[in-house]
Amino acid sequence: MEEIDEIVREFLVESYENLDQLDRDLVALESHPGSRELLGSVFRTIHTIKGTSGFLAFSRLEQLTHVGENLLVELRDGHRSMDQPTTDVLLRMVDTVRELLAQIERTGDEGDVDVDGARAAIVAVQEGTLTETVEPAEPIEPAVTAAPAVPAVPAVPTALPTPRPAADGAPDPAPLEETGTLRGAADASIRVDVELLDSLMRQVGELVLARNRISRLASSAQDVDLARSAQQLNLIASELQEGVMRTRMQPIEHVWSKMPRVVRDLATLCGREVRLEMIGGDTELDRGLLEAVKDPLTHLVRNAVDHGIEPPEARVAAGKPAQGVLELRASHAGGQVAVEVRDDGRGIDPEVVAAKAVAKGLRTAEQVAAMTSSELLQLLFLPGFSTAEQVTNVSGRGVGMDVVRTRIESIGGTVDVESTVGSGTVWRLRIPLTLAIMPSLSVECGGDLYALPQVHLVELVALDTQRSDAGVEYVHAAPVYRLRGELLPLVSLAGALGVEAGAPEGEQVIAVVQADQQRFGLLVDRVLTTEEIVVTPLAARLKAIGVYSGATVLGDGRVALILDVQAIARRSLVRDAELAARVAAEAATASRPPTEQVLVAGIGGGRRVAMPLASVARLESVRADQVELVGGREVVQYRGTILPLARLDRVLGAFAEASDELLLVVYTRAGRSVGLVVDEIVDIVEDEVGRHSTIDDVGLTGSTVLGDKVTELLDVRAAVLAADHQFYAADDEAAVFDELVGADR
Amino acid sequence: MSSYVTFTIGAGLYGVDVQRVQEALRAQARTRVPLAPRGVSGLVNLRGQVVLTVDLRPRLGIDPLDGDAEQMMVVVQVGGETVSLLVDEIGDVVDVEPGRVEAPPDTLDPAIRPLIRSACTLDDRLLLVLDVDEAAAA
Repeated sequence: MEEIDEIVREFLVESYENLDQLDRDLVALESHPGSRELLGSVFRTIHTIKGTSGFLAFSRLEQLTHVGENLLVELRDGHRSMDQPTTDVLLRMVDTVRELLAQIERTGDEGDVDVDGARAAIVAVQEGTLTETVEPAEPIEPAVTAAPAVPAVPAVPTALPTPRPAADGAPDPAPLEETGTLRGAADASIRVDVELLDSLMRQVGELVLARNRISRLASSAQDVDLARSAQQLNLIASELQEGVMRTRMQPIEHVWSKMPRVVRDLATLCGREVRLEMIGGDTELDRGLLEAVKDPLTHLVRNAVDHGIEPPEARVAAGKPAQGVLELRASHAGGQVAVEVRDDGRGIDPEVVAAKAVAKGLRTAEQVAAMTSSELLQLLFLPGFSTAEQVTNVSGRGVGMDVVRTRIESIGGTVDVESTVGSGTVWRLRIPLTLAIMPSLSVECGGDLYALPQVHLVELVALDTQRSDAGVEYVHAAPVYRLRGELLPLVSLAGALGVEAGAPEGEQVIAVVQADQQRFGLLVDRVLTTEEIVVTPLAARLKAIGVYSGATVLGDGRVALILDVQAIARRSLVRDAELAARVAAEAATASRPPTEQVLVAGIGGGRRVAMPLASVARLESVRADQVELVGGREVVQYRGTILPLARLDRVLGAFAEASDELLLVVYTRAGRSVGLVVDEIVDIVEDEVGRHSTIDDVGLTGSTVLGDKVTELLDVRAAVLAADHQFYAADDEAAVFDELVGADR
Repeated sequence: MSSYVTFTIGAGLYGVDVQRVQEALRAQARTRVPLAPRGVSGLVNLRGQVVLTVDLRPRLGIDPLDGDAEQMMVVVQVGGETVSLLVDEIGDVVDVEPGRVEAPPDTLDPAIRPLIRSACTLDDRLLLVLDVDEAAAA
């Protein structure tokens, strides 16, 4: 078996399939003797087998099909009409062909399968001599008795009376199990109507919904058996879902297979020398998606050949080999398929892009001046942008990249570009594995539920005004939020949808999302759960609204709209969010009272101290038994050096309970470090410098109100000196002091 | 002879071709679609299928119903999509002889005209036959 050549294997699989069709056709022919269509189909099948068997040197098969073909030619050309004897011999031929194929499959050659009987019968029919020999009363027995010791038995040399002779299986009852792994191969891969698969997929989708519903019920019912069954259902449904999804998967090769030709033709046309390399062609994705990426991918490839790779002379002049390399690469990465189109051509010059954008009036000179080169490259995706100096008939009609992006985004993917002038460009596509089912977060806004695809979600931030006074701030009318020191532009979902928000602003939740290159915060009323949702396409006129990418039925049976994050970003954010954020940042620092970030720590006894975050190197925790004593001072070994410690509770006269673990706030300065031991780290907050009051006490510089709680401001210098009185010795003390406690004070 | 599923919206009696109607059922909770055209009343979950619901009132120039008034849905097939029309009450299926089918009167508001395919003179009242495709297009 294993020695069977790949070509033979394919031939066998294909022939088995064709023979099944042939059986049906022949029988149908009997009732419609004149059907040219059926005759043509039969003729083609036999002709194909004959041709291939000749090529593969299966001479018996060739001889047999040859005479069969002769008979069929007469039928086809109308010199003979279909009658029962003719059908009989043809069916007999088919059976003998099957035997031959089975023999080939078992042993790799034709063995000694007898073809003469079938051949003679065909010739006899052709010459009109067979009719008398037909003995309808004697069907199968001779077959069995005639069966010799050879495993593959020739078809009965004598009569095969009925239109569908039972001879198929009968003459060779022996090796059922050893026949046909290839037969099995033909059976193992069946052609299935895509619509059936789609409807299966839909049903699995509904099963997943029902599963979600039951899981929800089970988790609230406190019933162990129910919970266990739900768990099981959960597993089965997940596996089924995966299985059905896999039936729709196809390797990306299907799309790539056209690329060599595209590249070759285009390279010739443009006078380029291009070598195409394709890696990871077996990466699979949903066939619907495959169809959707075909055009964008082709466009990127054409673009790379036309614009990316230079003419051979230019390449040689630039010290590169005359032949350019275009690489297509696909791989699975984190539930997505990453596809790269990489060329080693001239690259894209951000300056040229900037100049073009200005010349076309897409951006102002000031705008492009403020942009980084990667931001500039993003301009390529703007509608109406084309960097080709000349409009060629290949690409460069200015409809290119924005269409690519729109198409990729419409299937929930992203496209990105990276380029180095002189050494090449990489286009990166990220495409979801499947569209039908996706993880999403359900959020509430104005009393309605919406689904937010997880793929866009970066993090969630609860706006809790109780805890700190850092909330939503406004730059003119544009809301922003300070997220770890960076300004995050905010979009109110209620505002974007034109509905009333259901929660007061301070109690909303920020879903930090990433769309294209923009990161922004979507303000929603509440965040509910994450769920696997089944995407139902929207009616065309709802899709036209441009804010929803679909709808879904949630676990509780409610319908939720799926938010199209990219579209919301495009609608709601000022053209360049980055730019807006930068302007906002400037405005914010100008309009707000000076603040600084402080680290709030508890030191025991309910007391809290704040220290400027800017001077904190890191937070560490050490076991209490790691503390050693050196000359009456506590130290720990820390990163290969000795770190002197100061216990803030002792310095400030509070009393923390002894614990096994010490929390350290590490200060580092000019190679020296000290650790301040605190009881707990509470928060990092913004502190308005203007609101300080002075409390004269040892080790403090004053106090402030942070999150409704009076917090003491630590005199860091004093605390540090308590740990290491040499700490500032080497430096100009005043300067260091400024740096440590924040220069703008 | 044509058969129509009849229903009332406001004071009017309307009908749609019985062939196009999948079912009629009590209106369910709808998920509203912000920013949608005004005729779109929301999305409903029809046995796991998400179905668009269209309210014909604004189109027909009839005032909206009170929020808690019970309504019915007539589910129709439009170009492979399932759409449900919000109506007040479902009536009978009536057979109309060809002789009773007339073109809508010329005095009809031009905005409504494409919506009304014909006017049938029933014994007791007038039945306005809706163009399902136009109606579902909200």
